Amino acid sequence: MAEAAIELIGISKSFGAVRANRDINLEITRGTIHGIVGENGAGKSTLMSILYGFYQADSGEIRVNGKPTSIKSSNDAIATGIGMVHQHFMLVDNFTVLENIILGAESDALLKSSIAKARSELERLEREYGLEVDPDAIIEELPVGLQQRVEILKALYRGAEILILDEPTGVLTPAEADHLFRILRQLKEQGKTIVLITHKLREIMAITDSVSVMRQGTMVATRETKQTTVEELAELMVGRRVLLRVEKGEARAGEVKLSVKNLVVKDQRGVTMVDDVSFDVRAGEIVGIAGVAGNGQSELLEAISGIRKAVSGSVTLDGKPIDLTGAADPGELRQRGLAHVPEDRHHVGLVLAFEENENSILGYHNDKRYLKGPLLDVDAIMADAKDKIAKYDIRPANPRLRTANFSGGNQQKIVLAREIEQDPGVLIVGQPTRGVDVGAIEFIHKRLIAMRDQGKAVLLVSVELDEIRSLSDRILVMFAGRVVGERGPEASEGELGLLMAGVEQKEAAE
Amino acid sequence: MSTPYAKLPAWADYGLIPLINLAVAFIVAGLVVLLVGENPFRAAAILVEGAFGRGQGIAYTLFYATNFIFTGLAVAVAMHAGLFNIGGEGQAYVAGLGVGLVCLALDRVVPWYVTFPFAIAGAALFGAAWAFIPAYLQAKRGSHIVITTIMFNMIAASLMIYVLRDILKPEAMQEVKTRMLEAGAQLPRLNWIIELFGTARIRSAPFNVSFLLALVMAYLVWLLIWRTKLGYEIRTFGFSQKAARYAGISEVRVTIIAMLISGALAGMMSINAIMGDQHSVYVDLAGGAGFIGIAVALMGRAHPVGIILASILFGMLYQGGAELSFEMPAISRDMIVIIQGLVILFAGALEHMFRPYIQTLFASISPKSVGMAAVKGEGA
Amino acid sequence: MSFFDVIIQTLDSTIRLSVPLLLACLAGLYSERSGIFDIGLEGKMLAAAFAGAAAASVFHSAWIGLGIAILVSVSLALVHGFASITHRGNQIVSGLAINFVAAGSTIILGQAWFQQGGRTPALAPNERFEAITLPGADAIREVPIIGPIYSELISGHSLLVYVAFLAVPFTWWVLFRTRFGLRLRAVGENPAAVDTAGISVAWLRYRAVICTGVLTAIAGAYLSMVQSGGFVKDMTAGKGYIALAALIFAKWRPVNAMFACLLFGFLDALAIRLQGAPLPIIGKVPVQLMQALPYILTVILLAGFIGKAIPPRAGGVPYVKER
Repeated sequence: MAEAAIELIGISKSFGAVRANRDINLEITRGTIHGIVGENGAGKSTLMSILYGFYQADSGEIRVNGKPTSIKSSNDAIATGIGMVHQHFMLVDNFTVLENIILGAESDALLKSSIAKARSELERLEREYGLEVDPDAIIEELPVGLQQRVEILKALYRGAEILILDEPTGVLTPAEADHLFRILRQLKEQGKTIVLITHKLREIMAITDSVSVMRQGTMVATRETKQTTVEELAELMVGRRVLLRVEKGEARAGEVKLSVKNLVVKDQRGVTMVDDVSFDVRAGEIVGIAGVAGNGQSELLEAISGIRKAVSGSVTLDGKPIDLTGAADPGELRQRGLAHVPEDRHHVGLVLAFEENENSILGYHNDKRYLKGPLLDVDAIMADAKDKIAKYDIRPANPRLRTANFSGGNQQKIVLAREIEQDPGVLIVGQPTRGVDVGAIEFIHKRLIAMRDQGKAVLLVSVELDEIRSLSDRILVMFAGRVVGERGPEASEGELGLLMAGVEQKEAAE
Repeated sequence: MSTPYAKLPAWADYGLIPLINLAVAFIVAGLVVLLVGENPFRAAAILVEGAFGRGQGIAYTLFYATNFIFTGLAVAVAMHAGLFNIGGEGQAYVAGLGVGLVCLALDRVVPWYVTFPFAIAGAALFGAAWAFIPAYLQAKRGSHIVITTIMFNMIAASLMIYVLRDILKPEAMQEVKTRMLEAGAQLPRLNWIIELFGTARIRSAPFNVSFLLALVMAYLVWLLIWRTKLGYEIRTFGFSQKAARYAGISEVRVTIIAMLISGALAGMMSINAIMGDQHSVYVDLAGGAGFIGIAVALMGRAHPVGIILASILFGMLYQGGAELSFEMPAISRDMIVIIQGLVILFAGALEHMFRPYIQTLFASISPKSVGMAAVKGEGA
Repeated sequence: MSFFDVIIQTLDSTIRLSVPLLLACLAGLYSERSGIFDIGLEGKMLAAAFAGAAAASVFHSAWIGLGIAILVSVSLALVHGFASITHRGNQIVSGLAINFVAAGSTIILGQAWFQQGGRTPALAPNERFEAITLPGADAIREVPIIGPIYSELISGHSLLVYVAFLAVPFTWWVLFRTRFGLRLRAVGENPAAVDTAGISVAWLRYRAVICTGVLTAIAGAYLSMVQSGGFVKDMTAGKGYIALAALIFAKWRPVNAMFACLLFGFLDALAIRLQGAPLPIIGKVPVQLMQALPYILTVILLAGFIGKAIPPRAGGVPYVKER
């Protein structure tokens, strides 16, 4: 009775050395809502891009409605009845709704008839699915929720029978998200097949019929939603990794070094990313911030380190306020003892085109130790770089080598060495071991513990739950821009996983 | 992957690829010579002979090269800050006014070596001033610096004609230019240096002290970019604005300072033209050198040594081209403009056209060196 | 001469002077609306002016001249496309290169082929696009006011003048009333949206630069085959850059482009007519100030002091499929 709308058989895709998808098998039943969950970088978006013809799989087969189909371009995907609502909307901002809808699907060479035809078709679609939107409104003047509706209408206008939605609720308010779900249910009732990509387990439980879990490029499990639990999914998603035990003694927390109060930060689009967050970090402790990527951690770090402006709230360093108006000088904050290991070492923490020794002073280039008047003291910089290379076992041990030619782990060590060796009072660290090999992970973890034991305050943001659990003395969980809970390091993975998925404790207890 | 192409050994990156691009530019230029009905190889031989065959030729080659070193350095400094200064032509032209005012005031009073430093200051000041407004508008108001510098080139042309014709030109003179500058504003020739190498006596070539100034500036630019804190900030900003923000480097400050330096360097070109050659301030004194600076900087990969070499190459084309037009009337000096365009096209806009082929070639010769680097560079 | 005649004459030369600007400006509009910046308008115009005049004099036909002009200009446009679309090169650098190649080769080839110091031979009347007298122009010449306006200002221009002014509504129509125009505007704003809609970004942009090539060709042909009776070296004299300024001034809109070009043409006409003579009220204005005014106005506009010129959002950025 239940036919497969889509079958993926043995799909693999690599980007250079990165294997984004490995031998993926997936079957999606027609007329259902199928969820795909996984952490960032698990390969969900790549898989869907292959299905939509944006990339070609290196190997494997796609079957649509039972027929082997070759999808070489978005055009092919559209022709086979696949529509996609991208995470970042593919809309032309200064076009009207109608213009966006007909773009690429115009009925003839002149717009007048295309638009007239689209207008009546759109009215029909709006009636049928309850998707109201003013056809003559300019996209950039619409709220995001409506923009998304235009994306859905665009797909339906092209006759999509299978609709892929990539992280659709990321930019929506809870009310808008609920509305979206009502729409999706209605679409399902009309016989459409829906694929929902998300990392929010609450949504999966609320709306899907079945769910697949991806981890590190592989498909680890597929379940009927009714027969699974949030706990199981959280575990599948995060995986039972070997917990890297880090030797560490009791924390001896001292005075408050860094204090964040009622911080609110918005991103470029004006979406609130950090929502009324408050916490303290004391000397001699590591405070870990756990959470699925994209829940405001990045913006939080950037605001504290003076790179991004905050809307309201305050941050104090050793009791003295940090300028949050966007005019803060990160150089001055460094002098006050705030060191920052940014999440994105490729574009922010390092200049990849620089030689290693040049990166070892980035941000500290105003320091007298590295200068002779207006000139750089090349000998001092080189000696300093060599010293750090030895101390942090950076390989190859060549301070003249271009930074791009170091491995991820060694690049990260370059950043860490630079920030830690300045002997800061407060260290804020984002994703310290992302893309770092196992050997370097252990080294980096030990360094962070050593910092703590020297009485420094460390704020650690990581999407690796293991890392947070093994390093932190206190764990804060962020979800949708808010700190939704604080736990001790003894908190179980499941408990934290639920918090990370935005499941309230009471709900989980039921 | 932020640096999709950086997987070749340095010598291939900085030597082989520019040479291939240059060779292609010359091959296409050779086709133009063929089209005109001349033999490209003979043309090349005459060109080289004209540029280096006699002392006179060498002196002229270096005289032209002096202009291009200044404008090439100007473009390079801006390039290191990630800015495209297309306005070197206008900056050099307006700087001519700064040089002219200094010279007109001092040439009858003091010897050249007193005038010289003031003239340098005048050139730098006026050149920098002409670069300031585009820089300010880019940094503070986000106006695209390429467009504003183009506009400023055109405005400079009108301004200078007005100043020269309506203000500085002596009543009695026909030609639109200032009065002739006297000994106190004439730079000594350096032709004797070339004669030291045993060439025949050079009679008239305007190869002068500005060449030494250009070499000093090349050294100072190297020092600035690779050995000073400011240069470090400029390069950081040029490579990655995000990293610059992270490192506490001010976007406004770096943009404006880099452009001021760039304008000042372009401006110094006018010293060579005014005090070294024509001994007056005249219409169109930059004569396209500002644009050749772009070709020179692209070819020299924004490094002073590369710029000096590329400048000498273009000096050779200018001088040899003049000789060529005597020998082959069909080929005027405008041939250089074509070559310059082709160099900009192949070394600039199509910089990466041959790279994949060369990478493939390298990979097939030694799969290890290229392949491994790619894996490492990936970083994750 | 009466004041009225002076006005008619000034406006007449305004029209003549703004035609090459207008054609080049509309040319740039197609390219830049598709997200490809083009500072090579000057070079394409120059090459077309040369090619047109040269071919017209060799083949004794204005139409063949125009055809060859289009061929050459489109080829250069395709070089720009090859560098900036296929090879994702720097669009500014590529445009600049084309300007130099055109500036040099028109002189070299002109000298080699015609030996007249870079000029092409003077064109005979049938080798040029001559003035057209519109019906009834002679009949009503003597009627006051309307007569001179119709017979001097509106009638009596070359075919290419009418082409230029008809190109304005035509471009508007293409841009805002056709499928091609919709896609063209979309690709200049958000190429990813076009790509995911199943349209080839590269092919769309290539078609845009071809349009640019055709229009710059007509602009160049106008210079050498209408305004003067042959090619003279460097005869564009910065008109490509003024057209670029006009395009920014017009905020990339066709009808605005016409007014911007008429304004810049008027400034030019005024400067020629006055030759430094004093203006009422303002007094004496240097000719050079009038010549620089288009550029000065554009800089002020770019600085955001008189409205804001927002270029197509994807302009100047090569399209790379995101990972």
